[in-house]
Amino acid sequence: MSTDALALPGTELASRPLVSKLHDWVATVDHKKLGILYIIYALVFLLIAGVEAMIIRIQLIRPHNDFISPQVFNRMFTMHGTTMIFFVVMPVLFGFANYLIPLMIGARDMAFPRLNAFSFWMTAFGGLLLYFSLVGANGLYGAGNAPDVGWFAYAPLTSQTFSIGHSTDFWILALLVSGFGSIGTAINIVATILCMRCPGMTLAKMPLFAWLNLIMAGLVILAVSPLTAAQIMLLIDRYLGGHFFDTQAGGSAVIWMHFFWIFGHPEVYVLVLPAFAFVSEVIPVFSRKPIFGYSVMVAATVAIGFISMSVWAHHMFTVGMGANVNTFFVISTMAIAVPTGIKIFNWLATMWGGKIEFKTPMLFCTAFLFQFLAAGLTGVMLSVAPFTWQLGNSYFVVAHFHYVIVGGILFALFGAFYYWFPKMSGKMYSETLGKLHFWVFIVGFHLTFDFMHIPGLLGMPRRIYTYEPGRGWDTWNFIVTIGVFFQAVGILVFLGNLIWSYLRGKAAGSDPWDAWTLEWSTNSPPPAYNFASRPVVKSRRPLWDLKHPADPDWNYE
Amino acid sequence: MNATSMTVSGARLEWNLPDRGRVAMQCLIAAEAAIFTIFVVAYVFYLGKSLTGPMPKDVLSVPIVYTVCLLSSSLTIHFAAKHLRRGGVLSFGVLWLATITLGAAFLYGTGTEWYRLIYKEGFTIGTNLFGTTYYSLVGLHGFHVVVGLLSLSTVMVFTLTGRVRSEHAERIEVLSLYWHFVDVVWVVVFTVVYVIGR
Repeated sequence: MSTDALALPGTELASRPLVSKLHDWVATVDHKKLGILYIIYALVFLLIAGVEAMIIRIQLIRPHNDFISPQVFNRMFTMHGTTMIFFVVMPVLFGFANYLIPLMIGARDMAFPRLNAFSFWMTAFGGLLLYFSLVGANGLYGAGNAPDVGWFAYAPLTSQTFSIGHSTDFWILALLVSGFGSIGTAINIVATILCMRCPGMTLAKMPLFAWLNLIMAGLVILAVSPLTAAQIMLLIDRYLGGHFFDTQAGGSAVIWMHFFWIFGHPEVYVLVLPAFAFVSEVIPVFSRKPIFGYSVMVAATVAIGFISMSVWAHHMFTVGMGANVNTFFVISTMAIAVPTGIKIFNWLATMWGGKIEFKTPMLFCTAFLFQFLAAGLTGVMLSVAPFTWQLGNSYFVVAHFHYVIVGGILFALFGAFYYWFPKMSGKMYSETLGKLHFWVFIVGFHLTFDFMHIPGLLGMPRRIYTYEPGRGWDTWNFIVTIGVFFQAVGILVFLGNLIWSYLRGKAAGSDPWDAWTLEWSTNSPPPAYNFASRPVVKSRRPLWDLKHPADPDWNYE
Repeated sequence: MNATSMTVSGARLEWNLPDRGRVAMQCLIAAEAAIFTIFVVAYVFYLGKSLTGPMPKDVLSVPIVYTVCLLSSSLTIHFAAKHLRRGGVLSFGVLWLATITLGAAFLYGTGTEWYRLIYKEGFTIGTNLFGTTYYSLVGLHGFHVVVGLLSLSTVMVFTLTGRVRSEHAERIEVLSLYWHFVDVVWVVVFTVVYVIGR
């Protein structure tokens, strides 16, 4: 590895055969290569799960449509949800964490490079296992192929009685295997951040990116493990004749809900904390101001981490848990809006009075602020138990969480892609295509997910494959589906921009944004060893200190 | 600009960070603890909810001797690591072997108990809710004992071939953290299954 990096650029690249280059990627333990593998893998699955979403929406574009059968519809929403959460958003976030954390904290690599590679391949094979169900799941039963139990797979749908064949088994195993990968990566992230920081970088001087990913990794450790446990129980039920979720033997279907959502709700914060991390890096740089309220941001993150472990049953208000339990989860759910709101104010205060440059990353992060706020507000509405009694399992809920995941997380992710693309590839992206992507995608997003709230309020339940005309849902569903095509075009522009810029883009240089964190102090793309000598830092913005020796940050911290 | 300029010349910093192996093991233990919590919650939640017999008090006997074996192995592994840190490789090896023996004795105990339950009582994982939760919880713990024994035995092989020296004490202590965890889990499982649940 090190000999490659030390050779003169261009002299040996042309001479090496493709097989040997691919072998480098398969056998790599380098955090940057693994990060890019995670990201590319997630983008492939983004396309697959995006096509599934389009199939769902085409089926719902008009009443009594018969584009796909009800059975296929069930498979599509199950695969769409499972893929997007476990094989798109988590891997892409792990990819960015992998790539950026060692660079940001001035380390040579992650704490455990081989565990890192192991975790990536577990995640990768988990995804392949899920999609292998398309060919391998029918078994001898003539049963359906892909999993069709919904992404939260409520009992007793998953029992052998209602789910013959192997589709549910593939779902269980895919999540179990990728879960081991996630826990491995999370352990690695925690160990890296706590044990590998460069001299001078105390916890209070870490970039917020590292802080948020530290809390995210802690949540993965505490939240993915219960899912692993629940999947083991489900396997015991299906194959060893156990009765955990078998109501006929006294088992409980509701306890599966609890176990799933004990994972499921912290998972939302696992996904959104890295999005916060991207925004916390992008907004200061493009506002030309340090982040407002660093320590409050850290405290709010830790608070979110704690509270998020105690809100899971707000997914279950319609089950009938009783007034006391409902009240507890109403209050805890409302409470989590407080630290989240603090963060929004901090980002706004960072922008306030700044010299804002609306480059593509900043556009996406600004849209994130508004959309994530709106998503949070519908979240507060849904935290009220009687409101959920009315609208639970309706399209209002679907619109709410897509507002969080697309309008919040995905927008922040796009911002991150454009912000760090120059560092990862060494090339500048096309600003024109980036802006085109932003405007097309934001139109599509609002067409789809703003209008999706309305059929929900009018009583349209989620997961129905078709509906009667004349209920007032027709026009809204039509608009929602049209928006999907805008989003698809936006994604294609995005991918085209990445590929075109990688092949034809201008050289970016090591620090195109005049930024302040350590990853911009090394080459783009960084050499295998990251830093020629170990950095030593004295403040939260080491590159600012370097560029302004007369007025360093440590005078003010 | 290049990375070399990041170094502030002449600055001598006290810079001590925690050992990454120890941190990783603590994280792994946290993850495992979460898994066990779910199984323990399921066990407690389903206590007395079985629709058919047998019930815990009908078939379970308290495995006092084997419990003492497992818990005392925590002591032997603790002193083994301590001896290694001081350089006593021989006493380390003896105590390490004692730990493995005590762990294996515990597994033998679980084995005989399960043999009795399955072949004499006809009580299996599919008999009723109690069977499902009992075999899952005790089995999950037993699985962790097996993993622990495999790791301990690997170290034993290296000890016998003379590769373990006092500079490995840190790693040995990290491994012993896992073994202590397995013991603590047994305290919880024992309390729930044999004390409260009976």
